[in-house]
Amino acid sequence: MTETPRLVVGPFNRVEGDLEVHLDLAGGAVAEARVNSPLYRGFERMLEGKDPRDALTITPRICGICSISQSAAAARALGAAMGLEPTPQGAGMAALIHAVENVSDHLFHFNLFFMPDFIRPVYAGKPWFDRAVSRFTPAEGGAQRAAVAARAELMHILGLMAGKWPHTLAIQPGGVTRAPGSRDKVRIETTLRAFRRYLEEVVFGGSLEAFCAIETVDQLMAWEAGDAGLFLRIAADLDLDRLGRGSGRYMSFGAYPLAEGYGFGRGLWDGSLGAVDFGAITEDLSHAWMLGAQAHPWQGETRPDEAMRDAAYSWCKAPRLNGQTVETGALARQVVDGHPLARALAGGGVLARVAGRLLELARTQAFMEGLAKGIDPGAAFMVQGDLPEAGQGAGLVEAARGALGHWLRIEDGRIASYQIIAPTTWNFSPRDAEGVPGPLEAALVGAPVGEGETTPVSVQHIVRSFDPCMVCTVH
Amino acid sequence: MKVLWLQAAGCGGCTMSLLCAESPNVFDTLGGAGIEFLWHPTVSLETGAEVRAIFEAVESGEIALDVLAVEGSIARGPRGTGKFQMVSGTGRSMLDWVESLAPKARHVVAVGTCATYGGVTSAGGNPSDAVGVQYDGALPGGALPVEFRSISGLPVINVAGCPTHPDWVTETLLLLNEGALGAEDLDAFGRPLFYAKHLVHHGCSKNEFYEYKASAVELSDIGCMMENLGCIGTQAVGDCNIRPWNGDGSCTSGGYPCINCTAPEFEEPRHSFTETPKIAGIPVGLPTDMPKAWFMALASLSKAATPERIAKNAVADRVEVTPTIRKPKGRR
Repeated sequence: MTETPRLVVGPFNRVEGDLEVHLDLAGGAVAEARVNSPLYRGFERMLEGKDPRDALTITPRICGICSISQSAAAARALGAAMGLEPTPQGAGMAALIHAVENVSDHLFHFNLFFMPDFIRPVYAGKPWFDRAVSRFTPAEGGAQRAAVAARAELMHILGLMAGKWPHTLAIQPGGVTRAPGSRDKVRIETTLRAFRRYLEEVVFGGSLEAFCAIETVDQLMAWEAGDAGLFLRIAADLDLDRLGRGSGRYMSFGAYPLAEGYGFGRGLWDGSLGAVDFGAITEDLSHAWMLGAQAHPWQGETRPDEAMRDAAYSWCKAPRLNGQTVETGALARQVVDGHPLARALAGGGVLARVAGRLLELARTQAFMEGLAKGIDPGAAFMVQGDLPEAGQGAGLVEAARGALGHWLRIEDGRIASYQIIAPTTWNFSPRDAEGVPGPLEAALVGAPVGEGETTPVSVQHIVRSFDPCMVCTVH
Repeated sequence: MKVLWLQAAGCGGCTMSLLCAESPNVFDTLGGAGIEFLWHPTVSLETGAEVRAIFEAVESGEIALDVLAVEGSIARGPRGTGKFQMVSGTGRSMLDWVESLAPKARHVVAVGTCATYGGVTSAGGNPSDAVGVQYDGALPGGALPVEFRSISGLPVINVAGCPTHPDWVTETLLLLNEGALGAEDLDAFGRPLFYAKHLVHHGCSKNEFYEYKASAVELSDIGCMMENLGCIGTQAVGDCNIRPWNGDGSCTSGGYPCINCTAPEFEEPRHSFTETPKIAGIPVGLPTDMPKAWFMALASLSKAATPERIAKNAVADRVEVTPTIRKPKGRR
């Protein structure tokens, strides 16, 4: 038996942006993985010296899939520097706009990014194969076509309230730029009802409340209906929970900050729930083509190593919390928020991440319905404020893929420093100075590689289970 | 028609927008016309070695390529190497791949303002030394030289926008598929005239406020945003207020200014995006094709003539005063 000791996997598509994975193999499995984020654009540098308000126009354009998350983080960072909170109704509408994007991303990930891998010839002959082909063949499968149509219709809420998607300027430090009337409210409610019908008929094949009521992995695996049921059948057959297991350390910055608290709570889970020490976040540059010292984002800088030294292998910095890696994303959010099923899945692999996303999709629909019902067309949706000549503010939000932070410093009325750590920066970080691999690098160890596989399908399942956003990762 | 889609140094938002196409959905809109992706990074099955084989087959001429679509800027840095974006798994830069594949394509389409002119990726000192496929800002000549022509004889077709409206992309491809898009159908910056012959101002829901120069003072006011809030819809090409976005939307109907995202160098307006630069109280940028003296004369006249309803509503966040209802004169 001859074995390729080393594989380079790329172009790695059906992830957002550019990704290259280097694998060292031994005994028919991945022994070590190195994850390279091969695109550098330098958004943090672009922002230096600009009017702080321009962050609201520029940062959404870091990413076309989490554009609103970037808007929300920038608005919160500016607001913190201004000492300004959005009005309660403004915060509610910003949360609804943000939730529409996050839900769209989850839907998209499941149908267009993740599931198509099960139609590969390697699985021909599996009892579920024909069904997977009919549902998830790119551009042809029934699930794919239904998903793009449903997503486009759901986004009518964004046309109405955010002008367009991606790249809105609607979310501001003091709220949102457009005050909805009662007619907008009923329109939004109508759009959400149609989206619920789609989710219940197509994705879940049952009521969202029934899915959200699942508390154990056994109950989950017994869910047979809809495309979710097809996925669970495949997951059981391929033992996807054992594939690509995580550390079990999960972080959430708290999703959808409202006057009455977070939609999904904030915290750090490591077998028990604790607080996130935001002062204990650092970015390590030992294996990134970046110059400078390991630092907290308040002191951090972004100076690319144009020589691309051999000791490094990615443009991505390595964020650490208390010196440790953390996993972030939908599963992390649901674990931190305390959903019993998510807690039961904690530490799991491909199954846990994808099921966590499905769970959040179902839970967020109800959350959006509540926000829509709570719209008060007579209220103020925006409050004005003044930018300080000097100050700083952090905007910490939850994008679809996890914890997103913007750290802004203003001096002489201009942006003196703007540091961003995106969810996939955490998940797909390279090794740190201690040699500790990032979450994906660790999760890939042990992934089986079949004889002659050049682009191992197990590696694809694991990578895509994280739903990486590579354009955000390095920005 | 076979389309190979590359995502260069951009955000992927033009693809994300394209997938919002409606009536019918994106797959039916393109597929129904026989337009298929030879490979697209977001939707295609092929990964890794399979993709490398596709690239090589196009490069060698084994596969005839109808359209090379490029989304995102071309990063030339550091120091002209293109290494700020190495195409994963290939050991070659995006700059190198675009230079190699463009001459093999019947048409080259740059999708989005990053790909057309450099766009936001080239903002703020341009850290990655990014350019458009055939333009560097407003200057002809980008990753590909000024004289580049694809096999069809056309220059790079510049579907500008940040992001592009889904229909701008689908209709460009549909027109190419019908052989109905020629050099005469492009404007001076290579943008398809079917949307670039309009201004964002056309059909703007704030037109009545504009007529009277009844201006919004702060974001969330519903008045015209030209005078104070940086809106340049009267100069920006695009049919954004004729053909809505995501159902009913547009930037201006969403309550924020048009920032001229279809134009070269929109990313560096040299003032805050949401503030109108003025000299002696007069906005520096006047509506396209309008002589300054006339603008000033008409503006002062229309401001003086502004009905109270319009003046009040302009600085409110919703319609406070509704139009006066005239009872029909007449028969009963």
